[in-house]
Amino acid sequence: MLLRTRNVDKSYETAGGRQPVLSDVSFDLAAGETLALTGESGSGKSTLLHLLAGLDTPDRGTIEVEGTDIAAQDDAGRARLRRGTVGLIFQQFNLIPSLDVRNNLTFHARLAGRDPGDVDALAGRLGLSDHLRRYPEQLSGGQQQRVAIGRTLLASPRLVLADEPTGNLDEATGDAMIALMREMVRETGAALLMVTHSARLAAQLDRRLHLRAGRLAEGAPA
Amino acid sequence: MNRAALGALLAHWRRHPLQLLTLVVGLALATGLWTGVQAINAQARLDYAEAAATLGQDDLPRIEGDLTLADFATLRRAGWPVTPVLDGTPLGMRARVLGIDPFTAPQNGATPDLTDTADLTAFLDGRLVFAAEGTAVPETLPEVRRLPDIAPGLVVADILAAQAILGTEQIDRMLILPEARDDLPPLADLLPGARRVEPEAGGEIGRLTDSFHLNLTAFGLLAFAVGLFIVHAAIGLAFEQRRPLFRTLRALGLPASRLTLLLAAELVAFTLIGGALGIVLGYGMAALLLPNVAATLSGLYGASVAGGLTLAPTWWLSGFAMAGIGLAVAGGQSLWQLARLPVLAPAMPRAWARARLGTLYRQGVGGLVLLAAAVLVAVFGTGLVAGFVCLGALLLGAALLLPPILSAVLALGARRAKGALTQWLWADTQQQLPGLSLALMALLLALAANVGVGTMVGSFRATFTGWLDQRLAAELYVRATDEAQATELRAFLDGRVDAILPIVGTETSLEGAPGDLYGQPDHSTFRENWPLLDSVPEVWDRLATGEGALINEQLARRTGNWSGAEVDLGAGERREVLGVYSDYGNPRGQAILTLDAFHAAVPDVPETRFALRVAPAEVPALAEAISARFDLPAEGLVDQASLKGFSLDIFEQTFAVTAALNVLTLLVAGFALWASLTTLGTMRLPQVAPVWALGLTRRGLALADLARALILAAFTAVLAIPTGVALAWVLLAVVNVQAFGWRLPLLADPGGWAVLSLWAVVAAALAAALPVWRLWRMPPAQLVQVFAHER
Repeated sequence: MLLRTRNVDKSYETAGGRQPVLSDVSFDLAAGETLALTGESGSGKSTLLHLLAGLDTPDRGTIEVEGTDIAAQDDAGRARLRRGTVGLIFQQFNLIPSLDVRNNLTFHARLAGRDPGDVDALAGRLGLSDHLRRYPEQLSGGQQQRVAIGRTLLASPRLVLADEPTGNLDEATGDAMIALMREMVRETGAALLMVTHSARLAAQLDRRLHLRAGRLAEGAPA
Repeated sequence: MNRAALGALLAHWRRHPLQLLTLVVGLALATGLWTGVQAINAQARLDYAEAAATLGQDDLPRIEGDLTLADFATLRRAGWPVTPVLDGTPLGMRARVLGIDPFTAPQNGATPDLTDTADLTAFLDGRLVFAAEGTAVPETLPEVRRLPDIAPGLVVADILAAQAILGTEQIDRMLILPEARDDLPPLADLLPGARRVEPEAGGEIGRLTDSFHLNLTAFGLLAFAVGLFIVHAAIGLAFEQRRPLFRTLRALGLPASRLTLLLAAELVAFTLIGGALGIVLGYGMAALLLPNVAATLSGLYGASVAGGLTLAPTWWLSGFAMAGIGLAVAGGQSLWQLARLPVLAPAMPRAWARARLGTLYRQGVGGLVLLAAAVLVAVFGTGLVAGFVCLGALLLGAALLLPPILSAVLALGARRAKGALTQWLWADTQQQLPGLSLALMALLLALAANVGVGTMVGSFRATFTGWLDQRLAAELYVRATDEAQATELRAFLDGRVDAILPIVGTETSLEGAPGDLYGQPDHSTFRENWPLLDSVPEVWDRLATGEGALINEQLARRTGNWSGAEVDLGAGERREVLGVYSDYGNPRGQAILTLDAFHAAVPDVPETRFALRVAPAEVPALAEAISARFDLPAEGLVDQASLKGFSLDIFEQTFAVTAALNVLTLLVAGFALWASLTTLGTMRLPQVAPVWALGLTRRGLALADLARALILAAFTAVLAIPTGVALAWVLLAVVNVQAFGWRLPLLADPGGWAVLSLWAVVAAALAAALPVWRLWRMPPAQLVQVFAHER
């Protein structure tokens, strides 16, 4: 199993006391599988994604990526995992403003010590061929999102975690991007977990999990 | 409406206390350094005026020339209402001795009250002198009575007592009292060679020390500018961060004019707070530095300045005015932009989105224009003000050029970088440049000032020390009280020393201005050691035959007469200039002839001073033997080592204040860098968090931040060195020549520059330490918040 999550709890300290965000979350994700994570705003989708990526640690429970328990890793171990195994696509792109599009695309792959491969071909598929010398601030939101997707694809991670990756794209482009990600997952044997509000997009993936008030329910919401 | 809007605006400072601290401290430092320097200047000028006013010397006409008390008697007998004055500083003494005649001196606050017969007798006998409270007087002087109205650093004695203390039979001048009649016999008939001089505004000391005070003012202005960089950075940042708030306030109906007014009121409040703190700081700094400045002025010019501060209300007001001007300069641009801001202007922080190339291009062009102006002023400008204009243009030009040069270097680094991380480091550093450039410009100015002044002082020290070795080649200098003692002394020394070299001199008019004419024998001591800057071939052989004269650099520069030209030595005596020698620390013109030529030109000057050549080991015994055998005045016997020590002591004190201001300026720049890095550290989380999310550890990010600060400081230091060397050149070759009349060679000090560069890097490391530590220890949850738009 590529990703194995068991009994994960997470809460945050707030002014009104400790606020539980995730409770007893358990699920698996196999290599080559695609999974949609849906839920209301504030249901804990992004928090779960951050825990899976090793950006934060659970209060309780285990998260194993390729057999490695993330919570048991130190800072450097989790950084190594994010660098080499996990690919993150953020809702707000989070490109590196000081690098141009070409260098943003190859950044993660080079950080992981991998050959980014044919950047120009991927840029062509993402519709970014004419923008390789531009900087993020010179791109539209949709273009920036495509760079963020391309950055993850070029890094060839085993686990792709995407937070609303098509929120800034029109329907046709969004569909094309999802198709591209699914294709890559299929080709490389990776797994994809995608947070989305769109039932239409969720339906394109193999499985669907629904979060409600921090608890997990398999399948579409009632 | 006003209260609600003001509350929203001020809430920013509650949430950003560090920024508030930066702004207030920056303003206080800028105002403090400026007002401190002005306080020192104001106090010194006040004391000069007081000293000049003693006996009414500042507003009475005077008679000058080669004068004695017999001349005074001649004029009084002829009906001239004159009073004699002797003014001098005995060797090894800080205080100035002012000799007066109590019967003819004009009565004012500085003239001691001698109505008591016992006091008058004691004063006339030389058993009583008067001085201000706090004036240091050596124990060798008679009883000192303290009087509050006497200028600081002045000892008032009877004219005969003063002659004894100063070891002279002459007087300096005679003041002509207001009751002078019109039908007096002409001065030329009574005292041929004497001349009447009308009073001049400012006084001699005031003119002599002008360049020193101009130097201090320039430094104060530089420190003020460095402080303003901090204020500008803090205000610019606060305006950028509040842009969304401005937009919201405008959208909610607050007129642009009202918003601008509220922000202007905010600036006025900062002026009052920062200005008040700055004035207190400036007062403290001035009180701390004034004793040193007083010692410097006394050593350099014989000017006396009290150690305490008494400042006029205008000084306090000028402090607030400077703080206000500073804030207006620093915040004016932001206010102007705000007044013209459209309601729907993008709220994105402009600092990051600003079209970098356009700004950098304009800065680069501005910098180049200023540097070109500096070169033109250096080549074609004349006068001290031109020298300082040149300095200003050079420093500002270099500061403006720094960001474009750094940007180009960093872009090159990013292009050449192989690894992703290194490439990001270079590119991200370039990205941070707009936010750091003001602090880096301040650092450049401070470092350049340090390199420049350090090089100048180093060059000065090396040249001065070498020059002292040359000029003070003899092991012992002795001065007899009169001709009879001199003859006895020569007889005593005959056979005990290797050579007795008489030194004779007199005041004269050189090229129409007061100067000194000396005679010295032809001897290897002078041939081998005299520091000639320029000479005709076989200069010493020709001088030995009685031909021509040597003149000092000051006279050569003032008249433009160098080797081969002719110089007027007064009384119709014109001679060829055979050589020009360096004569540091002497503001007057000087000429040297051979002994015979001197005696032929000035017949009645006795040989009472001698330079003695003797084996160094024998100096103490010989000095003791001379002291035991002859009753010489205190300064009548000076060995070379103590004379050099005294001269070097004065020299070191001269630059102590400059060094203190240098360190303060560097501290201000370090603070600017710290403030900028700390503020940026909190602002740039959105740029750092994605890199962390992609697999770099917090430790790695923190070290990258440290490396960034070090890279920028190192490049700034590298650029500061040529700027500082150019600054040193302007100080030595332009300002110094204009201010003092001599030019010094520029001696490179690569070791010192390397150490300073290292300090700059250490300062940057210290400035970056807190933000780096914060990033290193930042909880992941805080970094995750950057991505957590929903939870």
